[in-house]
Amino acid sequence: MSALLSDKIPTINAMFRLQWEEAQACFVLLYPEGMVQLNGPAGEILSLVDGQNSVAQIIALLQKKFPEADDLAEDVLAFLREAQQNQWLSLV
Amino acid sequence: MSTAAEIGRPLWLLAELTYRCPLQCPYCSNPLDYAAAGSELTTEQWLKVFAEGRKLGAVQLGFSGGEPLVRQDLEELIEGARKLGYYTNLITSGVGLDPDKVARFKAAGLDHIQISFQASDESVNNMLAGSEKAFQQKMHMAREVKAQGYPMVLNFVTHRHNIDQIDRIIELCVELQADFVELATCQYYGWGYQNRDWLMPTQQQLQHAEARTQAWREKLSASGSTMKLIFVTPDYYEERPKACMNGWGSMFLTVAPDGVALPCHSARMLPLSFPSVLDHSLEDIWYQSEGFNHFRGDSWMPEPCASCDEKDKDFGGCRCQAYMLTGDASNTDPVCSKSPRHDLITGARKQHADLIASDTDTFLYRNSRNSRLFSQK
Repeated sequence: MSALLSDKIPTINAMFRLQWEEAQACFVLLYPEGMVQLNGPAGEILSLVDGQNSVAQIIALLQKKFPEADDLAEDVLAFLREAQQNQWLSLV
Repeated sequence: MSTAAEIGRPLWLLAELTYRCPLQCPYCSNPLDYAAAGSELTTEQWLKVFAEGRKLGAVQLGFSGGEPLVRQDLEELIEGARKLGYYTNLITSGVGLDPDKVARFKAAGLDHIQISFQASDESVNNMLAGSEKAFQQKMHMAREVKAQGYPMVLNFVTHRHNIDQIDRIIELCVELQADFVELATCQYYGWGYQNRDWLMPTQQQLQHAEARTQAWREKLSASGSTMKLIFVTPDYYEERPKACMNGWGSMFLTVAPDGVALPCHSARMLPLSFPSVLDHSLEDIWYQSEGFNHFRGDSWMPEPCASCDEKDKDFGGCRCQAYMLTGDASNTDPVCSKSPRHDLITGARKQHADLIASDTDTFLYRNSRNSRLFSQK
């Protein structure tokens, strides 16, 4: 894992709001007049993005929650990069 | 009748809080006879609608109108809706907004403000809006919305008389730091249909505007801007109809100011009976009512839709357009080149290709005085 990236703290961008939707049984990202339905892993990761947890902490929390999962770090990093490209979050 | 699982959820709830509006835009999609509508729902009645909608799975809530700012209880409605978990959108002309309200709405939980402009040019904007001060007010409020940290969508309704200023429109949006820009070519419903002759751009105008928008997208992307330009083509220049409302009664529910529930904000014109939230729960309305079930699925479709392999893509197009143009709401939308009445669209295109820009007195302002003329019919 890149040392630089693991220290960064992801924050959901002001354009979006993350919310659990009971009716759809998934996390969604809400934005002006639109919605992204998140799959299970994406929802798990984003629900830990609270503007306080660092990338390393998010990976550790997920690893603890899903001890049977391998290579979690790589998947999380790939997703965070994609989320950053989609402008869902910033890494600072 | 379809089962609940097939019907889907009303993810989008549009609350048309009022038909009152300080502007008089000639392309307004409100019904022509809005002046004859019953009295507006009370605060409590709206909050009940929001709670019932949320239970059905609605998650996006639009406060619209008319001009929603004329409702004195808007802050209370925002607060109630946000507590229920809605993503709350205020769709406004900006007229009636002030920095204090922008702040109070934010504190109440408002997520997003969309401001509509009539033109990039002050005099054209004010002429179309039928208001002297509208443009400066909109500019001021757009700056305020951004300054207070909201995401901002700017909506420009384009037509024959402003579409050639597309570069200036986009420049203005860049200057105002919009997050999304909707360059929405006027649709011909309600007052817009009444004023179609005056509003419809030529194909040449449209192609120019689309090319300029594309050039701007490339320029913005190269400069690292995240502003998104959404260009909405008028379906009169298409060969296939739009997938109107993503299918009748599939995800969209409008409640009109007097409580009439509609599958889209134009559907009130159709010769169908639509239930009121004053008489029925939103759940009954969505799943059981004749009005919402009428054009669900495809068993209602005549030819050429019934045997068309694209019917799952566009659902036969727009019921209101079929009704306005052919007199029968179950006909294929004439926008489709397979429609036996596609000549109604090609004829309109041809007729408008030769029209030149004309004076303001050739269109009808949307206001209560004019609406009462339609109410009496």
